[in-house]
Amino acid sequence: MAALTEEQELLKEQAKSWANEEAPVSSFRAMRDAKVEAGFDRGTWKSIREMGWAGILVAEEHGGVAMGHLTAGVVLEELGRQLTASPLFASAVVGATAVELAGSDAQKSAWLPRIADGSAILTLAIDEGPRHAPLQTALAAEAKGDGFVLNGNKVHVLEGLAADAFVVVARTRGSKGEAAGLTLFLVDGDANGVSRTRLSLADSRGYAIVELAGVEVGADAVMGEVGGAADVLDRILDIARATLSAEMLGVAAQSFDMTLDYLKNRVQFGQVIGSFQALGHRAAGLFTEMEMARSCVEGALQAIDDDADDVALLCSLAKAKAGDFLHHMSNELIQIHGGIGMTDEFDAGLFLKRARAVEATFGNQSFHRDRYATLQGF
Amino acid sequence: MSDEANLEAFRETARAWLADNFPKSIAGRGAELVGGETLRDMPDDLALWCKNLGEKGWATPTWPAEYGGGGLSQLEAQALEKEMRKVGAFNPLVVKAGMGITMVGPTILEYGTEKQKQKHIPPICRGEVFWALGYSEPNAGSDLASLQCKAEDKGDHWLVNGQKTWTSGADVAQWIGCLVRTDFDKPKRDGISFVILDMDQPGIETRPIELIAGASPFCETFFNDAKADKDEILGDLNAGWTVGKRLLQHERNSQTQARSAGGAGAKRSLQDLAKDYVGTDVNGKLADAELRSRLADHMMKAQAQRLTIQRVTAEARGNAKVSAAVSILKNAASAVAQERAELVVEMMGHQGLGWTGDEFEDHELAAVRDWLSGKAISIYGGSFEVQNNIISKNILGLPETTQRG
Repeated sequence: MAALTEEQELLKEQAKSWANEEAPVSSFRAMRDAKVEAGFDRGTWKSIREMGWAGILVAEEHGGVAMGHLTAGVVLEELGRQLTASPLFASAVVGATAVELAGSDAQKSAWLPRIADGSAILTLAIDEGPRHAPLQTALAAEAKGDGFVLNGNKVHVLEGLAADAFVVVARTRGSKGEAAGLTLFLVDGDANGVSRTRLSLADSRGYAIVELAGVEVGADAVMGEVGGAADVLDRILDIARATLSAEMLGVAAQSFDMTLDYLKNRVQFGQVIGSFQALGHRAAGLFTEMEMARSCVEGALQAIDDDADDVALLCSLAKAKAGDFLHHMSNELIQIHGGIGMTDEFDAGLFLKRARAVEATFGNQSFHRDRYATLQGF
Repeated sequence: MSDEANLEAFRETARAWLADNFPKSIAGRGAELVGGETLRDMPDDLALWCKNLGEKGWATPTWPAEYGGGGLSQLEAQALEKEMRKVGAFNPLVVKAGMGITMVGPTILEYGTEKQKQKHIPPICRGEVFWALGYSEPNAGSDLASLQCKAEDKGDHWLVNGQKTWTSGADVAQWIGCLVRTDFDKPKRDGISFVILDMDQPGIETRPIELIAGASPFCETFFNDAKADKDEILGDLNAGWTVGKRLLQHERNSQTQARSAGGAGAKRSLQDLAKDYVGTDVNGKLADAELRSRLADHMMKAQAQRLTIQRVTAEARGNAKVSAAVSILKNAASAVAQERAELVVEMMGHQGLGWTGDEFEDHELAAVRDWLSGKAISIYGGSFEVQNNIISKNILGLPETTQRG
């Protein structure tokens, strides 16, 4: 495992100051209060596009800068610190990765340049129930002529309202629970039979239920092999998980900093409360957990960049450890702040709500502990 | 030549030297040395390897060559370690020197006078001397600064009286570095000095301590009018607290590796051990679902700890500066090691508690000792709680009140 390069450190500083100035927590709060339908602020997204970050994973031949996953993680972590809401993760990371890994040349040429400049939003529509379970896919794709007809529902689709197109995980054969028979389709958001319903979750992000009722697509909508998408889907999800772990680390690190700051400034019993050993030790424990989580996140992202053999294992490790720390830290953020932490006026609640939402996205801690055990052969 | 070319040239040199100097008969047997065991069937080959390694200075690869060290850069030392691992070579002098290589030597190199360096460093490099340390006392454990063992200035020597405890290897040591009180009038941390004593004198007696896991390397050490040379104070007089703390950082640095090599399950993976004792269901999953989940959680923590060591090493960019960050690594490592030992005993059931007898496999007998002796990991070198004081104060910058350490 290597340290961040000078270039990555510079980008970190750049992303940090961008987020502080252009998209601080207060702008996320304003978006929430304005009840913006899409779940993100268009101005913020425009500014992100101008920074060039939408092309961070896309190859240069398709208009991106292809800076790698560890670098993308550096940016997402800093944006996570300010709870910045944008399609950057859903589209520029997950959507772009799906097209890059599973898309045909025609699909790549059509979509990657638009993802890279942010003019199109492409998101993954995968889960059909409340919990992440890729193999439980039931959404049916039946062959018809040269193409397919899609019928079924997808829930909790991130940026599902704003998306221009969906990467839909469908089943061309087999039944729920089986890996064989999964197929990916690239479905236009405007296609006949596609409808969306906004989902209002505690974290105020843009989620939707996407219904596909008799949606007809051509053979050119298939991404990769018909019925053989399980492996590539795993890889797409792993990249999504590791990158999201970086954002989670940012949310947690900011929660830690806020808490530490409070420990140093809040006075009770005539002294700052950070001088109490009971609190000092909790801070020390949280800091230790944070350092461990960071190693897992950077280790997983680097393994992806290196195309290492243990990418799956490390991505489950990263998602679980970032999730464990974020879960613990977001609770301590409230507890250590006491009453003020319970008020909506203070930001702690926004961090807590974001925490649980990202923990559940693409597999929570218990999902990844189970997967880790399976990958380790027990 | 570029750095990379230089390094490659060094690797070539190291390979050639190892081929000529490392007896292949003892390849891969380094783990057997831990805990004072020697290779009884190969004493001559081990002795030869110790001599060759010591004379080359490569048991202490980054120490200055002028005092008998290897004079290598961090990168070269890492390359050497890698080459050694490739051929199954190991560094027996780390064990033979007691605390000499891991703690005392680096501290003498940092604080010692020229005379002290000339006197003490070369024998450590050659693995000729075993060093013990006298820190804790019966009434000065975590509150080390309240220590009472004293050294009086008698003109041409120091006269030492008092008792130390947890002095690992004192019964076999040639030298001991002790924290002693040299000024009773100053605030407690300010009247302490670090003094070096020759163990071979009538004023020092040692008594081994039996622990919950059985025999141990620990001793009680008694000083009754023991003498130290006048010029054997390390660092300034009454500055022993600073010197001693620095030495402890070197100690923690050597304890940051989770102790997974020794004891039970060293040869078999934890998951294989679990499958043997607990069994599996039709899908090959551990039959005890709850244990399976905790085992996965443990293995994740262990991997996170290993990745953190790699990251901290990489971030230091070859500059092996020992810092307060070792407190984080030490606490994480001790938690991982203790949890592992608990899991091993738990998955073996009553077989994991075998104390003696042929009814138990060697690895079962080792598991119980490993589990019990491992309880010390979060106590020695500054307890878990003391490390948390250090993290909260020195890393996080939280104010100090009654907490000291």
